[in-house]
Amino acid sequence: MIRFFQHLGHSTTSSFAKLGRSFFFLTHTLTASVSVIPRPRLLINQLYSVGVLSFLIITISGLFVGMVLGLQGFYILSDFGAEETLGVMVAASLVRELGPVVAALLFAGRAGSALTAEIGLMKATEQLSGMEMMAIDPLKRIIAPRFLAGFIAMPLLAALFSSVGVLGGHMVGVGMLGVDDGAYWSQMQAGLDFQDDIINGIIKSIVFGFAVSWISLFEGYDAIPTSEGVSRATTRTVVNSAFTILGLDFILTALMFGDI
Amino acid sequence: MQNTKTQDTLVGLFVACGIAALFFMAMQISNLNGFSTDNAYTINARFENSGGLKVKSPVSVAGVRIGRVSNISIDRDSYESIVEMQIDAQYSLPDDTSASIFTAGLLGEQYISLEPGGSEDPLPANGLIDITQSAIVLEEIIGQFLFDKAAEE
Amino acid sequence: MDNSVDSDTEIVSIQNLSFSRGDRKIFNDISLSIPRGKITAIMGPSGTGKTTLLKLIGGQLYPDQGKVLVDKQNVHQLKRADLYTLRKRMGMLFQSGALLTDLSVFDNVALPLREHTTLSESMIRSLVLIKLQAVGLRGARDLMPNELSGGMARRVALARAIALDPMMIMYDEPFTGQDPISLGTLVKLIKEMNNVLGLTSIIVSHDVEETIGIADYIYVLSEGKIAGQGTPEQIKNLDSEWVQQFMNGHADGPVHFHYPADNYHKDLFEN
Repeated sequence: MIRFFQHLGHSTTSSFAKLGRSFFFLTHTLTASVSVIPRPRLLINQLYSVGVLSFLIITISGLFVGMVLGLQGFYILSDFGAEETLGVMVAASLVRELGPVVAALLFAGRAGSALTAEIGLMKATEQLSGMEMMAIDPLKRIIAPRFLAGFIAMPLLAALFSSVGVLGGHMVGVGMLGVDDGAYWSQMQAGLDFQDDIINGIIKSIVFGFAVSWISLFEGYDAIPTSEGVSRATTRTVVNSAFTILGLDFILTALMFGDI
Repeated sequence: MQNTKTQDTLVGLFVACGIAALFFMAMQISNLNGFSTDNAYTINARFENSGGLKVKSPVSVAGVRIGRVSNISIDRDSYESIVEMQIDAQYSLPDDTSASIFTAGLLGEQYISLEPGGSEDPLPANGLIDITQSAIVLEEIIGQFLFDKAAEE
Repeated sequence: MDNSVDSDTEIVSIQNLSFSRGDRKIFNDISLSIPRGKITAIMGPSGTGKTTLLKLIGGQLYPDQGKVLVDKQNVHQLKRADLYTLRKRMGMLFQSGALLTDLSVFDNVALPLREHTTLSESMIRSLVLIKLQAVGLRGARDLMPNELSGGMARRVALARAIALDPMMIMYDEPFTGQDPISLGTLVKLIKEMNNVLGLTSIIVSHDVEETIGIADYIYVLSEGKIAGQGTPEQIKNLDSEWVQQFMNGHADGPVHFHYPADNYHKDLFEN
């Protein structure tokens, strides 16, 4: 019994300590981010590995998610004779929820885990320590550009996901199932609002990009510098990112769409 | 590592695609191009009951969308609902236009349908539409129906 | 004890330093001083915290007690900016080399120059080539770190460590895991660096032969204390069983071959 309380107490204090470290890390990263501005090359390198390399998985997934939405939506809506509203259904689900959320989950799996592993290995091979001894702040040189890149790439990737998804829904709905082309687009435009839907969707993806970049970089930076430690940190990045994305999504949705 | 120029190009393409997608969402998916308040004039209508009408509900003529509801308030003296609408400036309406609140489909969203009359004079900006038909409230109809049924028996 | 080194010739001074990790005391009130322009070696078995000592000198770790003076400045009371200024004058050679894996050899050596100076790119190029020439790897400038052997990586790291012309270099286990040729090259390089550039070198190592060969003064650490110190000659003749065991590599001595255990017979026939 005492063991149990000991264990509970230990894990409580250690998780609070970790939370504290992560906030400390975040504030340092944010201040360090300023120093990236005069050196765009660092940012471009990272946009490449975070953004360009995630491009394919995001667009292909977006296309298939859109196609599935088109197919499923069509069967359900046709029961009510409301196939014409397929466009709204596909676009609203993508822009409000699936675009930001699924893109962020894929981003965490593709780019986030890679970031954690990269930073963790840099720590394990003393590269971070070596930079500190060369009087180069690894937060400025290594962490901040990656953080900014994630923060910038995420909304773009989510927008790509949603857009490609809407086209995928069009391909299936209009191209294969015979929904009227004009109705698909006009119902969509009438049903979705720029402010309420598009902007809120973009805000979501910005928040998710911030969260995933933060989690994955911190897990790498805080990893135990052994191969086992790095692999655990990578797993934690994916798991914690997924929880955080879904939790934040609920909170944001409640704030944005549910007049709270 | 890729050479710098290829990398630059790919990053440039990626950012361009992303921005294009944002534009696509704004212009093609949402109604940003369909209607902007920059180029619109305001008209008002008085309803006994505006039902489930909301700000941003569509305003249409003969099924074509020409504007949207921008504000709904209550007249403190007559307890009527005053609905303010933004109408696209390219459409001019006669001053004897009437307004009705309809529901799109059985359970759909409510919208305002304008019925232009035969007058020669246009409705001015900030003009008021007098001839209106209120929203149909489902409960009232059902209540009425049940009441009539009871009265018959 | 013969610790009366003139403060002008003393570059690092460690005074009454204690440091523990968890419950384990790694250093227990040790004092040592490192003279300018000499090669000082810090020796001891694995796990005595030799690397920790270098990190304490570099200000990456904080001591529980005592102070570390580098060039008369207390490392652990410096502000971050001042600490970074001081670090520019100390090079450190990590065991793994710690080269940045996403940069080429050239860019790795150029990194401190690009970060800390406003020199033109052509100036940086010349400097990098000079440093690479010094370690004999000018021809390897376009290779990536994963294409280098361990010894080459350490030499590149050395070129990087001297890029900013520091006043001292700390070598963390420079001889471990090297083939005889790389070993010879490294020993030669460390000696040359010290003589030609007038650097101060601190070598942390448990490779007795090589270290004795180049060090001017040796400290031997054991269990958080200094077990012995002196010139290589003095150390060889030091009247300490423990130091003799370490220097000559005897399997049994004050450090027993067997990890502490119960009586062997009892343990074996108990069940």
